[in-house]
Amino acid sequence: MSACACGNTAPKYPELQEILSRHEGEKGSLIPILQEVQAAYGYIPEDVIKEISLALDIPATTIYGVATFYAQFHLKPRGRHVVRVCQGTACHVRGGARILAEVEKELGIKPGETTEDLRFSLEPVACLGCCGLAPVMMVDEDTHGRMTPDKVASVLARYE
Amino acid sequence: METITLTIDGREVQAAKGMTVLEAARAAGIKIPTLCYHPELRPEGACRLCVVEVKGAKSLVASCVMPASNGMEVYTNTPFVREARRTALELLLANHPFECLTCDRNGNCELQTLAHDLGVREVRYQGEKRNVPKDTSSPALVRDPNKCILCGRCVRMCGEVQNVNALGYVGRGWDTLILPLFNRNLAEVACVACGQCSTVCPTGAITEKSYVDEVWKALGDPKKHVVVQTAPATRVSVGEALGMAPGSIVTGKMVAALRRLGFDRVFDTDFSADLTIMEEGHELIERLKEGGPLPLITSCSPGWVKYCEHFYPELLPHVSTCKSPQQMFGAVAKTYYAEKMGLKPEDVYVVSIMPCTAKKFEAQRPEMTASGVPDVDAVLTTRELARMLKEAGIDFEGLPEEEYDAPLGISTGAGAIFGATGGVMEAALRTVYEVVTGKTLESLDFTAVRGLDGVKEASVDLDGKTVKVAVAHGLANAKKVLDRIKAGEADWQFVEIMCCPGGCIGGGGQPIPVDREKRAARIKAIYEVDASMPLRKSHENPAVQTLYKEYLGAPLSEKAHELLHTHYTPRSRF
Ligand code: SF4
Ligand code: SF4
Ligand code: SF4
Ligand code: FES
Repeated sequence: MSACACGNTAPKYPELQEILSRHEGEKGSLIPILQEVQAAYGYIPEDVIKEISLALDIPATTIYGVATFYAQFHLKPRGRHVVRVCQGTACHVRGGARILAEVEKELGIKPGETTEDLRFSLEPVACLGCCGLAPVMMVDEDTHGRMTPDKVASVLARYE
Repeated sequence: METITLTIDGREVQAAKGMTVLEAARAAGIKIPTLCYHPELRPEGACRLCVVEVKGAKSLVASCVMPASNGMEVYTNTPFVREARRTALELLLANHPFECLTCDRNGNCELQTLAHDLGVREVRYQGEKRNVPKDTSSPALVRDPNKCILCGRCVRMCGEVQNVNALGYVGRGWDTLILPLFNRNLAEVACVACGQCSTVCPTGAITEKSYVDEVWKALGDPKKHVVVQTAPATRVSVGEALGMAPGSIVTGKMVAALRRLGFDRVFDTDFSADLTIMEEGHELIERLKEGGPLPLITSCSPGWVKYCEHFYPELLPHVSTCKSPQQMFGAVAKTYYAEKMGLKPEDVYVVSIMPCTAKKFEAQRPEMTASGVPDVDAVLTTRELARMLKEAGIDFEGLPEEEYDAPLGISTGAGAIFGATGGVMEAALRTVYEVVTGKTLESLDFTAVRGLDGVKEASVDLDGKTVKVAVAHGLANAKKVLDRIKAGEADWQFVEIMCCPGGCIGGGGQPIPVDREKRAARIKAIYEVDASMPLRKSHENPAVQTLYKEYLGAPLSEKAHELLHTHYTPRSRF
């Protein structure tokens, strides 16, 4: 691999080198590589896109295009915990929007964003599919039903 | 060549095997509207404006990507086809800002023309308009993503032809945008400012950054002595930008027009092109004597220079240290000429008329300040000059032919051919041959380096010593040459690289639209200008000779280095 001119010479991403060598010489390997990168780092860092571009001789703009086309890929670091607040009809009727507003206020971020300390990511969702418990929020795999705005802080406090 | 026969609209039509339905129709004189298609780029089939009915096919097909085949029956003008095209267009218009009156491309916009031609008189769909801020970060170009119809022509131009890949699709569906890498501003990515994207953009979504207002202001300022230089390629293209035939030679009219705009002196970049040959020719001779680094690569094309800084920084020692003719002109105008006129450098305002958008970037390089102030103050493209002439109400075609002012307007045919691919090489060879051998050249025409082939090679006999040369234009072609140099497989001593297809006559600031025939017409005109000049060798330029005698001493002297040479900066490839 040729050295790039940006001054980064030490491989900052050792797992990437393993991923790349696993797929060496393989056609159509870009998406599997991106999936493995995301599994390794939780997201796809810009510097990794540059490295993949050099290794595969694919323009970085093309890789970035693919990564932003598929919703499965994240281009920013994600928090240790993923918060989802249901905005489905049932939740909406029972005040889902107020729950979301409270979460936004508590964390200081909007859906699609991550807190600076990388503790939480807030994901935009339509319906979580557990309408019987409306309004619902999820943190990672845990479902918290019958939410009220004043319960939000204590729920979030359980996740470090 | 194998031919096939198909019927289009009931007419039997012959086509070459491998042609698309669109190409077969066009060859037969049948017009099919297109938008994302561009004859010099790989077809993408994105816009569906070119749909036709093909007998036996279940749905309409995009003719720009559909291969023509024997016995095919094509219908280009049925109610079904017309309705589908109009719907496709109306969907594009549904979220398009209707800003034609104030748009840079008003009157020369493919979207506007199609809306007119396809009979769109109302838009039945109302979409949410995009509201993305303009990107004015680049000194050369402005992007207005709200006017983008996602045809992808800029992406393909930047990738396929220029091998830069600064632009790409981002996101999906309604949110898709064409953006520089990582959503950055254009000035923050490895864009070489060539402006080729702006020449293929069918709309006003990518245009040159205009400095017309700055120039009007300087012209109106009594304290400024405003001089203008005109690049070689502009004399064969500003007429075209004003509706004359491609390849019209309008040198004298352009000079007259510039005087009427109020410039205090009308000078010529051909003068400083001759000066460039003196410096670069001697640089070559010196490197041949001292053994390197070879090959020497030309440095007049600022898009190429920036490309080298981003993508081949290890080859920068090969690039000539000569400033480009534009910058040499500015440096001389603000020192030698200013002193002669009893003016301070800051009171001389230098305007360039260039076929190029990268020249705008070059003029703003911090190192281009030989006199302490920028060598060049404002760079206008051929298109911007045409706009100024329209605004001033000048009847261009009716103007008399006038002469450039002395001394910085005196030039030779060697300076003129800088505007075509191979021209700098040829001009340099004319001078280097005579300087090295002490003999007079019998034929001045080095035809092997002329023409539109992507990479041209030749060997020249300098009295027993053979010099091997190569010429490339368009950066994807340049890449082929550079990779051979990098791999140590090349035995050239001198290489000319021009960033844009065809050289400067195909520059990013030239009249739109452009294609191979138009480039060929402009090139033909350039060589006609050369052939008609009484002097055709740079070292015979009397004004250049006087400049050396009175001011610079000799080529490559200390003074010449101080004013006329520069250095380069490695940049990131992302
Ligand atoms: S891009 Fe074309 S259609 Fe759009 S505003 Fe400009 S001139 Fe009008
Ligand atoms: S100016 Fe040239 S390098 Fe920059 S985006 Fe346009 S085509 Fe690409
Ligand atoms: S910027 Fe112009 S060329 Fe590029 S996709 Fe948009 S409309 Fe097409
Ligand atoms: S021109 Fe054929 S799909 Fe756009």
